[in-house]
Amino acid sequence: MSHSVIARAAEATPPGLARRFKGLSDRAIAWSFVAPTIFLLLAVNIFPLIWTIRLSFTNFRANRPNAEVEWIGLRNYDRILTDSDIWQTMQATAHFLCWTIVLQVLIGFSLAWLINRKFKGNDLWTTIIVLPMMLSPAVVGNFWTFLYQPQIGLFNYVVAFFTGADPTSFSMIGSVSLAPWAIIIVDTWMWTPFVMLICLAGLRSIPDSIYEAAECDRASKWRQFWTITLPMTLPFLMLAVLFRGIENFKMFDLVVQLTGGGPGNTTTLTSIDLKREAFEKWRTGYASAYAIILFVTVFGLASIYVKALNKVKER
Amino acid sequence: MSMSSQTPESPTPAESVPSGRRIFVRGPWEMAASILIGLGVVMLMQPFVLWAYSWSFPVTLIGTVMFIVVSHFPD
Repeated sequence: MSHSVIARAAEATPPGLARRFKGLSDRAIAWSFVAPTIFLLLAVNIFPLIWTIRLSFTNFRANRPNAEVEWIGLRNYDRILTDSDIWQTMQATAHFLCWTIVLQVLIGFSLAWLINRKFKGNDLWTTIIVLPMMLSPAVVGNFWTFLYQPQIGLFNYVVAFFTGADPTSFSMIGSVSLAPWAIIIVDTWMWTPFVMLICLAGLRSIPDSIYEAAECDRASKWRQFWTITLPMTLPFLMLAVLFRGIENFKMFDLVVQLTGGGPGNTTTLTSIDLKREAFEKWRTGYASAYAIILFVTVFGLASIYVKALNKVKER
Repeated sequence: MSMSSQTPESPTPAESVPSGRRIFVRGPWEMAASILIGLGVVMLMQPFVLWAYSWSFPVTLIGTVMFIVVSHFPD
C-alpha cells in the first residue's frame, strides 16, 4: 500500500524536477525544502532585530538619512532608563496590565464556571459571550468612543441610572482620573471571553470521577472548588495570565482609537510612546533602544510562557 | 551475592547526570532565571524608586540570557 503511494508520488513528480533531485541525499533534499523558510525567517525576523540592536547604539534619525551617524554606545539606554516620563509611561502600562489581568481572570473564570454547568441555551450563551473577541480593535475603539460620549453615550446613562449622578457631569475619556479606567473597561469587555475559553478548557479537562470520589468522601462544594477545581485549572489560568500579560504589554490599536494616549500622557502606554519617538520625533536610534528594552521584557515573559505551556502539555 | 540477585534498573534522570555536573540541572536554574525575569519586569513597572527602574533592564536581560543558556542543561 505504502509502496504504491510512493510509486504514485514518484510518477506525479514532473520529470524536470525529478531529474534535478536525482542523486541528492535525503539530507540535501530536506535542506532544499527547509532553506527558503530559514532564509525568509532570517530576512524578516533576525536581520531587522540585529539591525535594530545596531541602531540602538547610534544617534541615527530616519528622517535625515544623509546625516552622519555617530556611535554613542549605551547613551540611548542610559537616557531611557533615567527618563522619568518613560518611567511614568511604564507605570501607566503596569496599571493597565495589572487591572486588565485581574478583572479578566476573575470575570473570565466565573463565566467559565457558569458556562461549564449544563443548562438550556448553553451553546448560544457561549457564542454571545465570545462575540466581542471576534471584533476588530479599531471598530471596538471607535464604537466605545461613542458609548463614552458624555452627551449621547450610553455608558454615562447606565452609570447615571445606577448612581444617580448627572450623565453629562463626567467624561470617561476626557478625565485624567477616569481615562485609564476607560481603556481597562474596554479591554476587559473585549478579551474576557478569551480567558473564559481557556478556563473552560481547563474546567472541562477535569474528569467527573474525581468529583464523584470527593462526594463519596463527603467533601463540600467549597472544598471541592479549592482542592480540585482551582488546582487543576491553575496551569490554564497561568497561561491565560501570561498570554494576556504579553498581549497587553504590546497594546496599541485599541488605546489609540479610544484616547490617543490622552488626556495628557495618562493613557500613553509604552507602544504608543515608542511609536511617537520613532515616527513623530524621528529619534530612530533612541526608539531602537526603547524597542530593544521592550523586546527583552516581552521575550523574557514569553520564555516563562513557553515553560508554563510545556508543563501544561506534561499534565 | 545479593548484588548478583538484583535486576538491573535504568537510572533515574538525576542519577544519569555525572556527579560533577549535578549542579547544572535545568529545573532550579530555570526557576532562578524566571525569578530574575519576573523581578526585572516588576522593577521596570514599579512606581516607587527610580534606581530600581534604572536597573530593571540589566536584571531582565541577565534573566533572559540565563534562561536561554540553562534551558540547554540536562533535566
